[in-house]
Amino acid sequence: MPSFAKLFATPWIWSFLGALIVWLAAVIFTGGHGAGGMITAALSLAVFTVIVGLGQMFVITLGPGNVDLSLPANIGLASAVAMKTMDGQDSLIALGLLAALACGVVIGLANYALIRVLRIPPIIATLSSSFIILSTDIHYGRGLQIKPPDSFADFANVQFFGVPILGLFGVALAVVAWAGLQKMVYGRSVLAIGQNMRAAKLAGIPVERVRLLTYTLSGALGGINGALLAGYFRGASVDIGNEYLLSSIAVVVIGGTSVAGGKANVPGIWGASLFLVLLLTMLNTFGVSAGLRLLLTGLIIVGVITAAGGHKTGR
Amino acid sequence: MSDPLRSIAKLDGVKRSFGAVRALDGVDFAVHAKECIGLVGHNGAGKSTLMSILAGTGSPDSGTIAINGAAQSDWTIQRARALGVRCVFQELSLSPNLSVAENTRVSHGALNGWGGAKRAADLIRASLDAIFPGHGISPQDIVGDLAIGQRQMVEVARAFTLTDDPLHLVILDEPTSSLDAQTARQLLDHIRRAVAGGISCILISHILGEILETSDRVVVMRDGKVVADEPARDLTRARLVAAMGGARLHAKTTRSDGVGASQPVVAQVQAGGAHGAIGLQARRGEVIGLAGLAGHGQTKLLIDLFEAANARRKGMTVDGAVALVAGDRQTDGIFPLWSIAMNISIRSLAALRRGAFIAADKEADLAVTWRERIGIRTDNLDNNILSLSGGNQQKALFARALASDAQIILMDDPMRGVDLGTKLDVYDLIRTQAQQGRTFLWYTTETDELDNCDRVYVFRNGQIVAVLDHDDLTEEKIIQSSFAEVGA
Amino acid sequence: MTSSAPTAAQSRAARNRARLLRTMLPALSMTLILLAIAWLNPRAISYFGFSLMLNLAIPIALATIAQMFVITINELDLSIGTFVGFVGCVTATWLHDAPVLGVLVLLASIGVYAGLGALIHLRNLPSIVVTLGMSFVWQGLAILILPKPGGAAPDWLKGLMGLKVPFVPFPIVAAIVIALVVHFGLMRSAYGTVLRGAGGNPQAIGRAGWSLLKTKVVMFALTGTFGVISGMALIGITTSGDANIGNGYTLLSIAGVILGGGEFVGGRVSPIGAVIGALTLALAASPLLTFMNIPPDWQVAANGVILISVLAARALISRKGA
Repeated sequence: MPSFAKLFATPWIWSFLGALIVWLAAVIFTGGHGAGGMITAALSLAVFTVIVGLGQMFVITLGPGNVDLSLPANIGLASAVAMKTMDGQDSLIALGLLAALACGVVIGLANYALIRVLRIPPIIATLSSSFIILSTDIHYGRGLQIKPPDSFADFANVQFFGVPILGLFGVALAVVAWAGLQKMVYGRSVLAIGQNMRAAKLAGIPVERVRLLTYTLSGALGGINGALLAGYFRGASVDIGNEYLLSSIAVVVIGGTSVAGGKANVPGIWGASLFLVLLLTMLNTFGVSAGLRLLLTGLIIVGVITAAGGHKTGR
Repeated sequence: MSDPLRSIAKLDGVKRSFGAVRALDGVDFAVHAKECIGLVGHNGAGKSTLMSILAGTGSPDSGTIAINGAAQSDWTIQRARALGVRCVFQELSLSPNLSVAENTRVSHGALNGWGGAKRAADLIRASLDAIFPGHGISPQDIVGDLAIGQRQMVEVARAFTLTDDPLHLVILDEPTSSLDAQTARQLLDHIRRAVAGGISCILISHILGEILETSDRVVVMRDGKVVADEPARDLTRARLVAAMGGARLHAKTTRSDGVGASQPVVAQVQAGGAHGAIGLQARRGEVIGLAGLAGHGQTKLLIDLFEAANARRKGMTVDGAVALVAGDRQTDGIFPLWSIAMNISIRSLAALRRGAFIAADKEADLAVTWRERIGIRTDNLDNNILSLSGGNQQKALFARALASDAQIILMDDPMRGVDLGTKLDVYDLIRTQAQQGRTFLWYTTETDELDNCDRVYVFRNGQIVAVLDHDDLTEEKIIQSSFAEVGA
Repeated sequence: MTSSAPTAAQSRAARNRARLLRTMLPALSMTLILLAIAWLNPRAISYFGFSLMLNLAIPIALATIAQMFVITINELDLSIGTFVGFVGCVTATWLHDAPVLGVLVLLASIGVYAGLGALIHLRNLPSIVVTLGMSFVWQGLAILILPKPGGAAPDWLKGLMGLKVPFVPFPIVAAIVIALVVHFGLMRSAYGTVLRGAGGNPQAIGRAGWSLLKTKVVMFALTGTFGVISGMALIGITTSGDANIGNGYTLLSIAGVILGGGEFVGGRVSPIGAVIGALTLALAASPLLTFMNIPPDWQVAANGVILISVLAARALISRKGA
């Protein structure tokens, strides 16, 4: 059982505190109206950021230069693939989910192939592949059945006493990711590679296999996210994943993962995702204009990272 | 000779603590004009900390610094350089993306304006020529392309460049650790010339022979204190070792129980391949030495063998799991964000699993076992690896390799900058492990160490040019082979 | 080491060959694109053709140089695109209507960049996240200044960007000037060497007595300065502002630096290469695709394919050279 002092020394606690503060601010503004509803909505929306944030976290932890910029395009394509496969029929839901997953896996594999075979820096490789994926999606998504089967959409919106089922799924996924990172050889390998790739190789870690797995994992999570988003919002679209380019990176770092690599934090992903979603909720509650909302969001991200981030990275 | 009345730099009552560790515990230290001080002590004795304070990169918790008799209240690296104090740090201070000349330019503020680049190139070339004749380094070479020994030469030469800036004292922290014997010799000769020319030097080295022959005065540190300060001519190797404390001196190893030819060959490099006309064979239980001038292909062979163990490689067979002990700890070995225990266990994770997960208790046991066996000096294995001194970090890397399932251990000049006590411990360990059937391939730049080997392969220009059995091993033969032309 | 001199010379020759090839790669990539254009549409290779194709090359090149400065010191600016958009909005409104106020605002925004450099250094913050946050800030400000596309570029700016130079199209002249100025400043000057050294080994630069805080502040201020020039140049060409006008520049500028032979860590960059990289991307943009009659669905993909093939070619040559 960690002591309180130790709890407050953990980097992720700040993101949860931030989430709590913006929620309180919004609740105070509304005079207590919709406090619970805000949390329910935030839990649902945050899950989508959590899912891709976890994939992005493993990628970023691989070390400097590693990032997956193809997530938005991936989400877009996977949402279309899932919806088309489901074809509005309940019996095809499982197949549709599987198709979205497969789509993500293929994208992850392709990203890795670009990085490895062509020796392109990951940031450029995933950027280039995202262009191609985007075009594929535009071409593929045209004139298709893009509405999910009703039961899938309903399922994605199910709540138990205000706790959305997607939220539970997100928590379960985070627990699995935490175990993978902290307790399994795979996670240990990712952390080692992120600190020093050459040393990791010389310590006998199958560096390339771990990188392959990590980019594939990120792709797969992007695929799943696409299918769930399409279900939750009752339809797929090309730009459904757009906001996840910045937010997937933002939650990783606000959550206490080091962009220098080698240090990752799973609970922080949840905290940071809730924080970002509730921040938007709060600003919407205040009724600010689009420009002001962006400005404040930006200032708060910078402020939070200045207050909580940094310190000593050990480098 | 030194003038005892004139101290050009004087430290009094210097104390410095890092957390609970007291690195310096009230040190008085003075450098006189025109003298070379040899500074010795085990790793963690406080030498590097003391020198960083003198060079202005570290600050003491308490104590005073005086230069030429004037007390310095605001002692910074800028002030130190302005007063003619320069330092060659143990971990090199060159920017790998810059050329040799550019690195020189960066370190001398005077080299600005047009033509500064050319003047910097001339300066460093002149300095390299003076210290390391025949160095083979061009001022236009990018530092990142140079071998580590060459980088060290550049770093040393840069400290000795003569510009408008004053130069009174050069601190050399382990300057010979990456140099081969010939280059080290050139440097030591230059130090004597510089001292004769009026510059004082402080030389830190673990090679006591260098210290005794180069220094006018030897200062011995132990546990953050100066424990001896005597003219070098009054000292012997044995007395120095005694003053440093702890370490035993070994009698010359006599290899009698040589490994029989009956043992199976576990690693083989075919003759006529990329590594030259002479092949390499390592049998189970053998300790194989790789010798020759620094950077002549020994490390590459080790890396090739390492890769051959996992993937097919032409002309090489490796039979069994391998582990590598890195010599360049920072770039090849240490995971700086991790604890000592995690740094040790990383090579053995597969064996520490219980189901899908790494078993925490097994991992802790492994680390504790090897802390005892190899003598890593720490009371808590969960501390960060960087809390250890350099020698103890190296021990952790040995523990990583030896704790693994590897039957073949590759060692890439692992004793670089390691103190004598640690070395002797590790020699014993290698011997014992070899008797238990492990095979060692050991690249070393220190000729003394080859005495621990059953057989030595001498490298030159990336190729094996000679094989020497333990009984035939002499320094002369190694040097002779190192310079022999390939292929003849 | 005396007797090892011949090998040292040999290996140096090999090293220099590989280095030369690597240095030439950006130019080779651009030549390749040019050949493709010439093959598809020979008429494009003309004064008018280049003026058209390189229309937007100057702001892209300037944004790429801006990005290169922070990449030199191992940082990344994810806000440069929205910053260019912000500058564009200021240029099309205040700089046109109230020049003094406009200049002050633009200078202040460079000051903000310098301050970010200090903040990132002093608090040891990841620049990716700080600039990610700043990208929202700039975009928000841009929308507040110019909620709908509009405004007008100052006449002098329009005149400058519409300059006609005999024989060589203006964008090419401007690109050469930008490349050379930055090359001498960063690659040849004494402080430029220090700045690059700070990217290669900050500790070494600190030990040589230089302030690392100052290197970060200077580099971020330079990024801000070139971002401002880029935004102004862009408005000079488009003649009116739009809050979203620069959004694509963040990724373009990063791609340009990398295409130009730069690396994300270690202070290895090349201003000339970066400008060539930016020109390559500008060429690879829509005009070429229109010539190739690529259906609109696949235009974006073609961009990706070009990026990948250029880098793949580079990897191939690099591997052979090494």
